[in-house]
Amino acid sequence: MSGDILLKIEDLRIEGRSGDTWSEIVKGVDLTLHRGEVLGLIGESGAGKSTVGLAAMGYARDGCRITGGTIEFDGIDLRRTSEAQRRGLRGKRIAYVAQSAAASFNPAHRLIDQYAEGPVTHGVMGRDKAEEDAIELYRRMQLPDPEGIGFRYPHQVSGGQLQRAMTAMAMACRPDLIIFDEPTTALDVTTQIEVLAAIRDIVRQFDTAAIYITHDLAVVAQAADRIKVLLRGEEVEEAETRAMLAAPREDYTKSLWAVRSFARPERTDSPGAALVSVQGVSAAYGKVPVLEDVSFDLHPGRTMAVVGESGSGKSTTARVITGLLPPSAGTVLFEGSPLPPALKSRTRDQLRQVQMIYQMADTALNPKLRLRELIGRPAQMYLGLRGRALEARVRDLLALIELEPDTYIDRLPGELSGGQKQRIGIARALAAEPKLIICDEVTSALDQIVQEGILKLLTRLQDELGLSYMFITHDIATVRAIADDVVVMQKGRVVDKGPKAQIFAPPHEPYTELLLSSVPEMDPDWLTGLLERRAAQG
Amino acid sequence: MILTRVALGIGLLFVVSLVIFWATELLPGDLASQLLGQSATPETLAALREQLGLNDPAPVRYWNWLSGALTGDFGVSLATNRPIADLIGARLGNTVFLALYAAALSVPIALTLGILSALWRNSIFDRAANAGALGAISLPEFFVAYILVLWLAQTGLFPSMVRINPTTTMGERLYMTFLPALTLTLVVTAHMMRMTRAAIINLMASPYIEMARLKGLSPLRIVLRHALPNALAPIINVVALNLAYLITGVVVVEVVFVYPGLGQLMVDAVSNRDIAVVQAVALIFATAYVGLNLIADVLSTLSNPRLMHRR
Repeated sequence: MSGDILLKIEDLRIEGRSGDTWSEIVKGVDLTLHRGEVLGLIGESGAGKSTVGLAAMGYARDGCRITGGTIEFDGIDLRRTSEAQRRGLRGKRIAYVAQSAAASFNPAHRLIDQYAEGPVTHGVMGRDKAEEDAIELYRRMQLPDPEGIGFRYPHQVSGGQLQRAMTAMAMACRPDLIIFDEPTTALDVTTQIEVLAAIRDIVRQFDTAAIYITHDLAVVAQAADRIKVLLRGEEVEEAETRAMLAAPREDYTKSLWAVRSFARPERTDSPGAALVSVQGVSAAYGKVPVLEDVSFDLHPGRTMAVVGESGSGKSTTARVITGLLPPSAGTVLFEGSPLPPALKSRTRDQLRQVQMIYQMADTALNPKLRLRELIGRPAQMYLGLRGRALEARVRDLLALIELEPDTYIDRLPGELSGGQKQRIGIARALAAEPKLIICDEVTSALDQIVQEGILKLLTRLQDELGLSYMFITHDIATVRAIADDVVVMQKGRVVDKGPKAQIFAPPHEPYTELLLSSVPEMDPDWLTGLLERRAAQG
Repeated sequence: MILTRVALGIGLLFVVSLVIFWATELLPGDLASQLLGQSATPETLAALREQLGLNDPAPVRYWNWLSGALTGDFGVSLATNRPIADLIGARLGNTVFLALYAAALSVPIALTLGILSALWRNSIFDRAANAGALGAISLPEFFVAYILVLWLAQTGLFPSMVRINPTTTMGERLYMTFLPALTLTLVVTAHMMRMTRAAIINLMASPYIEMARLKGLSPLRIVLRHALPNALAPIINVVALNLAYLITGVVVVEVVFVYPGLGQLMVDAVSNRDIAVVQAVALIFATAYVGLNLIADVLSTLSNPRLMHRR
């Protein structure tokens, strides 16, 4: 990296407000970026990655303020200069690509109008030129129908395409620097590859410098020249990508690697009779068919992972099993006898046997109820516990999920961390004493280290209580870690199923192969190699 | 979708007409004995009942009333013996004129104030606009009206009473009805302004607004082009609600300024027990409410690309 310095941040300090008090969330971070260089910024949520990334644009979110340090972009001190001048730089010389393109495109305007807005208001080019340019960039980003896609509204375009359209939009003024804030986190693995490759190519074509923010090491390894690791607003270490992957210096960085190595021991015993048997189930939302002829068996005391991209029908299958969505054809057997299709016609005991844990623990817990009530209610409703017996049961459950009962029993969900909230979700499911727990993407919203804690807890509970899990996920690493059996779904159908060892060992079904090969690996040459292999196969 | 909404609106009006008819049926007393008063004899009462069709079963009378109303024939006023359509005609025009006048003043003012106070949130302007609007809405209408009379009519700037006749020109008419229109403007502006402000501010935390900021757009452009189009649905609905209020709820203002509108007619008809007029005016008010809300729903749909452009 001999190029001249584009961005130089020194001793950056940023405070965040919670209630009336300000506390430091970025504690003296230094950062240097050369022209054309890509820096990966990684860490768990709350590490201050996005805050640092936005500060590189001289921007602080509401409730944050930059309190110290210097941010120098191409010789301009972004902290000293006027807001008008910062506005002149944003979008023109420093652009931003957000995590959720679906939320970050304005739903009221066509994509091309939003593309043209930047170049036109910054006076870079006229509207007609901007439209031609947009089509050219859409083509380079390998969007389908580059001439027409810009004239669609955001809701008419898929998530992966939107993310590419947003990268094109960021390129509109040919900026010197782009901040990518978790650009592929919300995408399926198969889509993630396409977007990642498109981003990498376009940044190289225009020799644009970039800060690539993510929590996924394997992803950043494909795109970044250097990697900087942040933890709670402080730098842990920084190194060239290959050097860091080969030999991380700090323990924290090593722990980020280690998470992926968690795995429960292989099972050798043969599965018993099916606990739940899904037989030929089809289902639809209104007239839109979602599931077609789905069949599989779930065995007692085992974990079955259901994998597939979003829209493949994983969660809908769960809704059919729980009775939330009566199927249009087929039946669900529980311990050999059919469950009534609709929730209303199931007995309380049938309801008790199947419990759910949700992806967003935040929205799945009533924020106004204390943990005592949140966990106590199912125990009261299904098991008829009252008074002291109920309190004792709630305390047992809290101890079971490794939260100190005296400290936590009277807390509100708002007073818990993300991982703790998910633990409450688990306790609430356990309170009903079910035989099957359906876990719908329960670790997707969590950091890797917290994920590991939840997976270990679920595994321990399974061993102690003999629970069965139906584990819905799109994360293959999680499947490798905890599954006994695997069902692969695509477009509402089961395309592959069997014991984990069989699914993960070649020969694979074509779609399983695609899913497995799309999972990023900790090798900076992985993406290049994969794309070459796929191109060679045609 | 829009057709379904229109059909629902018509269905709703039908139900409302049933309710109006049924409610007036419930009123105590018998029309014929009311009309005849002291001079009633059993024979004259029976004759009058026969003449008014009061002996017919309720469904038949309802059908006669509704089919007449649909063709603009509301029957004859029991108090004055004149056709109700004539009574209502001119007054309906006056009421609609005043409502449109007040709307033409209040809607632009409310939207501008709402947008500016969202733009300069928590500034002195924002606080002053909110305090002023809330003050105006908290005072009773008649009080606002009398204050305006005190300030603007006593000084001779504007007339305190509205005297309209067929020869009045548009200019004179606007001048004479300025005070009632201003009173109504003060009353309805706050609601629309605060909804505009709240709807915009509610969106200002959205990721796409942050994206607009990070594209280096000016705050005014962000509010007008990125927040406002997405805030239109609630704003349109509040505007429609207030327009409906301007047509149906202006009795007090009409009385203060002696304005010959529908509100006064309704009040007079109730005190005279002129049931036929009450029914007719109630049906017109209901039509205004349902119609304006229908228009609001259609406009909200049109303003939402997610509903207009399917995948």
